[in-house]
Amino acid sequence: MAATVNTRKLARTMLMPAVIILFIWMIVPLLLTIWYSFQNYNLINPVNAGFAGWSNYKYFLTDPAFFQAFANTLILTLSVLAITVIGGILLGLLLDQFIYGQGIVRILVISPFFIMPTVAALVWKNMLMNPNYGIFAWIATRLGFAPVAWLETFPLLSIILIVAWQWLPFATLILLTALQSLDEEQKEAAGMDGANFASLFVYITLPHLARAITVVILIETIFLLSVFAEILVTTSGGPGYASTNIAYLIYHQALLDYDVGGASAGGVVAVILANIVAIFLVRLVGKNLDA
Amino acid sequence: MARAISPQKKWTFTILAWIVALIIFFPILWTFLTAFKTEGDAILFPPAFLPPHWTLENFFEVQTRSNYFKHFFNSVVISVGSTLIGLVIAVPAAWSMAFAPTKRTKDILMWMLSTKMMPAVGVLVPIFLIFKNLGLLDTLGGLTGILMLINLPIMVWMLYTYFREIPIDILEASRMDGAVLWKEIVYILLPMAIPGIASTLLLNVILAWNEAFWTLNLSAANAAPLTAFIASYSSPEGLFWAKLSAASTLAIAPILILGWFSQKQLVRGMTFGAVK
Repeated sequence: MAATVNTRKLARTMLMPAVIILFIWMIVPLLLTIWYSFQNYNLINPVNAGFAGWSNYKYFLTDPAFFQAFANTLILTLSVLAITVIGGILLGLLLDQFIYGQGIVRILVISPFFIMPTVAALVWKNMLMNPNYGIFAWIATRLGFAPVAWLETFPLLSIILIVAWQWLPFATLILLTALQSLDEEQKEAAGMDGANFASLFVYITLPHLARAITVVILIETIFLLSVFAEILVTTSGGPGYASTNIAYLIYHQALLDYDVGGASAGGVVAVILANIVAIFLVRLVGKNLDA
Repeated sequence: MARAISPQKKWTFTILAWIVALIIFFPILWTFLTAFKTEGDAILFPPAFLPPHWTLENFFEVQTRSNYFKHFFNSVVISVGSTLIGLVIAVPAAWSMAFAPTKRTKDILMWMLSTKMMPAVGVLVPIFLIFKNLGLLDTLGGLTGILMLINLPIMVWMLYTYFREIPIDILEASRMDGAVLWKEIVYILLPMAIPGIASTLLLNVILAWNEAFWTLNLSAANAAPLTAFIASYSSPEGLFWAKLSAASTLAIAPILILGWFSQKQLVRGMTFGAVK
């Protein structure tokens, strides 16, 4: 299409609002965060204000809470990734078979993804994990074990289970979609050549899924690095810092301790960590854009 | 031709899939059932699967005690409002990049995607202070604006992947017929773009409805949407499971039904077109 000067001008005018708005959204709050991170700025102690140098960073990065929150963030993210990707592949393979009532099965499996995080977390916390009346306690007593106070005894594991339940449907749906695009004839040809299920899976299915798996890992990572609502309504990060991740730690410093400077330093750290992950994702999607 | 599958295999997979699906769906089913129980029946141990005494009491209680409809209304305003405003900005942008791409188009798309990588918590402090100073805390306008901003990159991307599939040859044909640009847009491209726009709308309403970082941090009694409303049930003294379940059911039912219709859009939108 031979674009005239006019259409080009029009195209640019149509693009500009989105670019300008996103640019402001990206740059202004980030610059403010960096600015605050070098200030002594506490909302309940306005007297002690001024340039703080690197002290906010020093304080944040050497705080034992940071180490624990960092470790918890990693454990949470990696565990949920492992559960959802492996579970998603298995479920995807299962749902790709001939099943009576496949449409309904799909709807049941995908449903947790549409449940808002606060509902998911509160339902799990109370009706499933409660040690006195919960379903898990009932199952435990039926099997002859003592009921467990899940959120007090295994706070991080409990949150991992809740978050994995929310994200397993996403992984399943993406991987199932990818599986369905696998050429049936290719599989049959391999089957006739005497390939069994295991070698079919390793040499044909898995390579075909590689791109979808990468996408699932990277998209989920963005969201998993900043899990927040599930922690807020279940454990509030506790006991101690046992289930505090970086997102919750920063929230705690900012809105509960009113430490604007410290929370901002934490915010900058979170942005840097997320960017390391982001670089990979942008590259990956960029490649797919060419394809 | 596909090989015949033995009935035995069919039934094995069917039974296995149904068991797994019911386990995954169980927490939601349990919430629905508990919503119709009395508070006493809700904490029976061993649990009663079906409500021993069916009741609608909880739904009325949730409304009269905590004004459910106000928060429902807030959720609708915020999710639909942010999506519509976002579309007004995103449609022209995606349109321009899909139909008049330049050398920089790919870079712009990548950059838009990268803004989505910014962890919300990294800008919590300045946004909170800006909202505080401008009087935007706990207002519907403020929340609508924020959710529009966080979903704008997804909207542009989704629309772009849809628009790109519109066959451009049709434009050439109409141009030869002497159609002017605005006629081209209104009569030829718009009808073909509507399914893509509708899909984008659907997915973004769902995402905004369930957003639970900004809505929790920037709202209080006044503008709280359902995410924040439900969070108020987390206090230990508020352990009323039947009422929690009734409120939860009301909060998730509309979006769950929308979600069932959006599986394809979900795959496409959440993977930025990388998996279709």
